[in-house]
Amino acid sequence: MAEGSHSTAAGAGPWSAALRRLRRNRLALASLALFVLIVAFSLAAPLWAVHVAHTGPNTTHTLAKVEVDGEKRDVVDPTGRPIGPLWLGAGGRFFLGADGSLGRDEMVRLMYGGRVSLFIGLIAALITTAAGTVLGLLAGYFRGWPDTLISRALDVIWAFPVLLLAIALGLVLAVGGLRIGPITIPSGSIWIPIMVISFVSVAYTARPVRGEVLSLREKEFVEAAVAQGVGPARVMFAELLPNLWSTIIVFFTINVANSLLLESALSFLGVGVQPPDASWGTMIATGATLIRTAPLLTIVPGAMILLTVLSLNLLGDALRDALDPKAKLRLEAHAGLAEPEGTPV
Amino acid sequence: MGRFVVHRLAGMVAVLFAVSVLAFLVFNVIPSSDPAQRMAGRNSTPQLVASITEEWGFDEPLPQQYLTMMGNILSGDVVSYANRENVDERIVEGIPATFSLCLGAAFLWLLFGVLFGYLSAVRAGGALDRALTVLAVTGISIPVFWLAAILLNYLSYQTGLFPSGGYVGLTEEPLEWAYHLILPWITLAVLQVGFYSRVLRSNMLDAMGEDYVRTARAKGLGERRVMTHHVLRNSLIPLVTLFGLDVGVLLAGAILIEGTFGLDGVGQYAFESLKGLDLPPIMAIVLFGAFFVVLCNTLADIAYAFLDPRVKLGGSAQ
Repeated sequence: MAEGSHSTAAGAGPWSAALRRLRRNRLALASLALFVLIVAFSLAAPLWAVHVAHTGPNTTHTLAKVEVDGEKRDVVDPTGRPIGPLWLGAGGRFFLGADGSLGRDEMVRLMYGGRVSLFIGLIAALITTAAGTVLGLLAGYFRGWPDTLISRALDVIWAFPVLLLAIALGLVLAVGGLRIGPITIPSGSIWIPIMVISFVSVAYTARPVRGEVLSLREKEFVEAAVAQGVGPARVMFAELLPNLWSTIIVFFTINVANSLLLESALSFLGVGVQPPDASWGTMIATGATLIRTAPLLTIVPGAMILLTVLSLNLLGDALRDALDPKAKLRLEAHAGLAEPEGTPV
Repeated sequence: MGRFVVHRLAGMVAVLFAVSVLAFLVFNVIPSSDPAQRMAGRNSTPQLVASITEEWGFDEPLPQQYLTMMGNILSGDVVSYANRENVDERIVEGIPATFSLCLGAAFLWLLFGVLFGYLSAVRAGGALDRALTVLAVTGISIPVFWLAAILLNYLSYQTGLFPSGGYVGLTEEPLEWAYHLILPWITLAVLQVGFYSRVLRSNMLDAMGEDYVRTARAKGLGERRVMTHHVLRNSLIPLVTLFGLDVGVLLAGAILIEGTFGLDGVGQYAFESLKGLDLPPIMAIVLFGAFFVVLCNTLADIAYAFLDPRVKLGGSAQ
C-alpha cells in the first residue's frame, strides 16, 4: 500500500524529484557547502593544534613568549592583555591571538570549540527529533488519553519560558550532575547541556508531527492497513513514518540550528559547557569582557555560530521547498515562472 | 463565545499550576541543591545547617513547602534565601525596565516585519525578495547576546553615538528613556523581524491564490488596493497567534541582554538569582513569566477567534 504512493510519476519517485529540485537551488548548495566546510574546519582541530599551533586548546601560556619576525613578544603582557592576532607571523602560532589573561591559543580553541558546539547541536537535535517524532506519532495515532497526556505535558513545557527552564535545569545539573538509575552524568559533562536542550525543545517537533499524524491517519492507506489486521506499532512505523520523513528531515535541520543557538546562550550564561572546555558560546563569554581592546575574540566565535546556524536555516528552507513541491509551485506560479492556471494545487 | 473564553482561562490556570510544580521540583528533587547547606556556606557547622533548615521549614514535606512558597508569592511575602530581600518588591522595581525593553522591541519587530514581509510578497521571486529572505534568515540565526555585545562596542564604546547602558524612567525623561533603549530594542527586534516578514510573505502568497482576490481584481480594483485591503489584511491574522507565542522569546531576550546593557530589570534579576540558586525569586519570576506567556497565548487565541469567524469556538459557535 505504501509502495503504491511512491511511484507518482513514471521512473522518478518523489525523493529523486526532490533531489533534482534541491540541486537546482544554488543557495541551498552554497549553504550545504558552507556547513560541510565548518564541520571540516572543526574536525581538523587536532591537525592544526599539533602541526601548526603546537599547543592544545586548554594549554595556558601566561608567561610564555612567542617569536614574531625575529622579535620575542609576551603572549600576555604584564598588565594581563593578551597578544593580538599574529596571522602567520609566528608560523601559525596564535593565528587569532591569545584568548585572555590565560594566554590560550584562540584559533585552537575556536576549532576545538567548534567540535563541542557542533557535537552538542547535532546530538541534541537527533534526540529532540527522535523523541518528538515518537511522541507525535503516539499522540496523533492513539488520540484519546495518550494524546491528552502527551499534549498537556507538551503544553507545560511550551508555556514555560524555554530559556528560563533551560537555565534552571542547566544550572542545577551543572552543580550536582545527574543520576537516573544506573546512569550517572557528572557535573561539567557536555551531556548535561545535550539533555537540557533536548528536553526543552521536544515540544517544537512533537506538536507539528502530531498534527500531521492526525490528518494522515484518516487516509485510506491507514484504513487499509488496519483492515488487513496490521498492529498499531506497524501502522505507526511502517505506514505513517515513511510519510513523515520529509517533515522530519526539515525539522532535524532546523533543530540542529536551534540547538546550537541554545547551547551558545547557555554557555554564554555559564550554565552550558563548563570551563576550561571551549565552545563557541563560552568563547564569546570570555571575549566579551575584553571587547573594547580585543573585539576579534568576541566577533570570531559569534560569526562561526552565525554562519553555521545560517547555513542550516537556509538548507532547512531549501529542503522544505524541495520536499513540498506545492510550496514551490505556488511561488513559481506567482512569479510567472510556471503556468499560473496550472494543475489545481 | 463566553464558554470558549471560560474554557481557555481554566486551561490557563491548569498550565500555570503545572509550570509552578515543575519549577519547584527542578530545584528540590535534583541532588545537591539543599538550600540550607547553600545558605550556611561551604565551611558551615551541622548545627548551623540544622537551625537554618528548622527556621525556613526545609524539613517539611515537599507538598507543604510548595504550598507555603506559593502562598507567600501570591500574598507578596516571599523573601529571598540569599539576602532576605522581598522578592515581589524587587520584581515590581524591575518591571518598568523590562516592559519598556519588551514593548519597544515588539513594536519595532512588528512594524518592520510587516513592512518587509509585504514588500517581499509583492515582489516575490525578485531581487528584493531574495535579499530580504537572506536578511530574514540571517536575523533568526544571530546569537542575541553576541549582537548586543557587538552593537554596544561599535555604537557606544568606540563611537559614543549611544549611551553605554542604564535605564532612565519614562516619566522622568522620555527622550533619554528612548535614547537609552534604542540599542537594546534593535538587538531584540532584529531576531524576529526576519521571521515575521517570512511568515507574512508566505501567508500573502497563499492568499493571492484565493478566489476573493481574483474577484477583487475582476471588479477592477487597482493592484495596490487589492494587496493592502484584501491580501494583506487577511494575512495579518495568523501573525496575532504567532505574536502571542513569542512573548516567551521576549523574556528570554531580556534575560540574555539586560545584563549587557545595564538594564536592572526582571531578566537581570532572574539571571542573578539563578546564579545563586536562590529558589524564591526564581519561582516567582518563572510564575510571572509563564503567566504572561500563557495570558498572551490565550488572548491571541481569543483575538483570533474574533478576527476569523471560521474558527470553531469549542462547540458554542452555533
